[in-house]
Amino acid sequence: MKFWRTPLDIDKLQIPRGELHILKERCKGCGFCVEYCPKGVLELSDEFNSKGYHPPKAVKPEECVNCDLCELLCPDFAIYCVRAEAGEKEVSN
Amino acid sequence: MSAKVEEQVREEHPLEKILRMDRIPHIWCPTCGLGTTVTALSSALEQLQLDTNKVAVVSGIGCTGRVAGYMKLDSFHTTHGRAVPFAVGLHIARPDLKTIVFSGDGDLISIGGNHFIHTARRNVDMTIICVNNFIYAMTGGQVAPTTPLTAKAATTPYGNAEHPFNLPLLAASSGAVYVARWTALHVRRLTVAIKEAIQKPGFSFVEVIAPCSTLYARINKLGTGLDLMKFYHDNSVIRHGADLNDVDIDFQSKIVVGKFVDIEKPTYIDCLNAGNKRAFGDKYKPYGGGNGDN
Repeated sequence: MKFWRTPLDIDKLQIPRGELHILKERCKGCGFCVEYCPKGVLELSDEFNSKGYHPPKAVKPEECVNCDLCELLCPDFAIYCVRAEAGEKEVSN
Repeated sequence: MSAKVEEQVREEHPLEKILRMDRIPHIWCPTCGLGTTVTALSSALEQLQLDTNKVAVVSGIGCTGRVAGYMKLDSFHTTHGRAVPFAVGLHIARPDLKTIVFSGDGDLISIGGNHFIHTARRNVDMTIICVNNFIYAMTGGQVAPTTPLTAKAATTPYGNAEHPFNLPLLAASSGAVYVARWTALHVRRLTVAIKEAIQKPGFSFVEVIAPCSTLYARINKLGTGLDLMKFYHDNSVIRHGADLNDVDIDFQSKIVVGKFVDIEKPTYIDCLNAGNKRAFGDKYKPYGGGNGDN
């Protein structure tokens, strides 16, 4: 991460990690989560669910920072994020 | 099925405790903005930590009218346009409940328009969430009183010739104490606005601009709901406290969003108690939530 000024508490900061859960059968393939994920974690997959939509898949799951935007934007309650304690990264300049 | 397999199969979305999961998946089209608005309301209720037995959701008819059926709260699905009068009765009978009217523009402003302005005038303590998709979506895309000038609808194939309502101005001039407008894309700001509206004593109004992919976007050749979301992203202007005469929406124009009005005014029950106390003195026992002094 690039800072214009190094934060004074940089040694205490941790980048949160999230664990994505995609409920594929509920998805209607609108693509809101794919479009608005700030980290570009998601992508529409090639597989079909039983309704014939392409649910998203996590292509870079380790990049997820648990911002919950996908969960808030999903109109079908088909994706959510939980905080993963393991694998939190230290912030480095 | 063994317990272990069941545990793997059953993944629980955090909102499942506030939704009637036996009715999900909902009937809304892919890329409709309504599900996002329901998420905003649900997260607002969760963040306020309100007792779900003390919240009632009332809806009218239409796509948005389905919300009452999907939320695991005390809810009522009224006839067309009558969500507001039902909610007024509910509020007067049970002032301890937080009454939320969640309905669409056609239901609240067109058919229920008279109820809407008079409830705002009386400042009845309730929260109105009006999802504005610019069209009567469930019945096939007929022109609504919020359809922008020149926009096409099923009944105006050559473009709408009528001026639309400016909903924040209508609500504020009728007497609403809290008026905000956000789009379905501004989920976090919308959640904050709904939280403030629920906590505000008096008639609070939140307009949510939501994409309608199957009708409004298709008839006007605007792409899908995702394209409309991108349009909101590029064309929303946040202007808190904006002059409400400037916030009307033209076809594909800039959308002014923000918190426009946040004032204090005695609510209907407060005024009722104060009036009766003036008339009857100590013989009168104040009714409901108000203490009768103000």
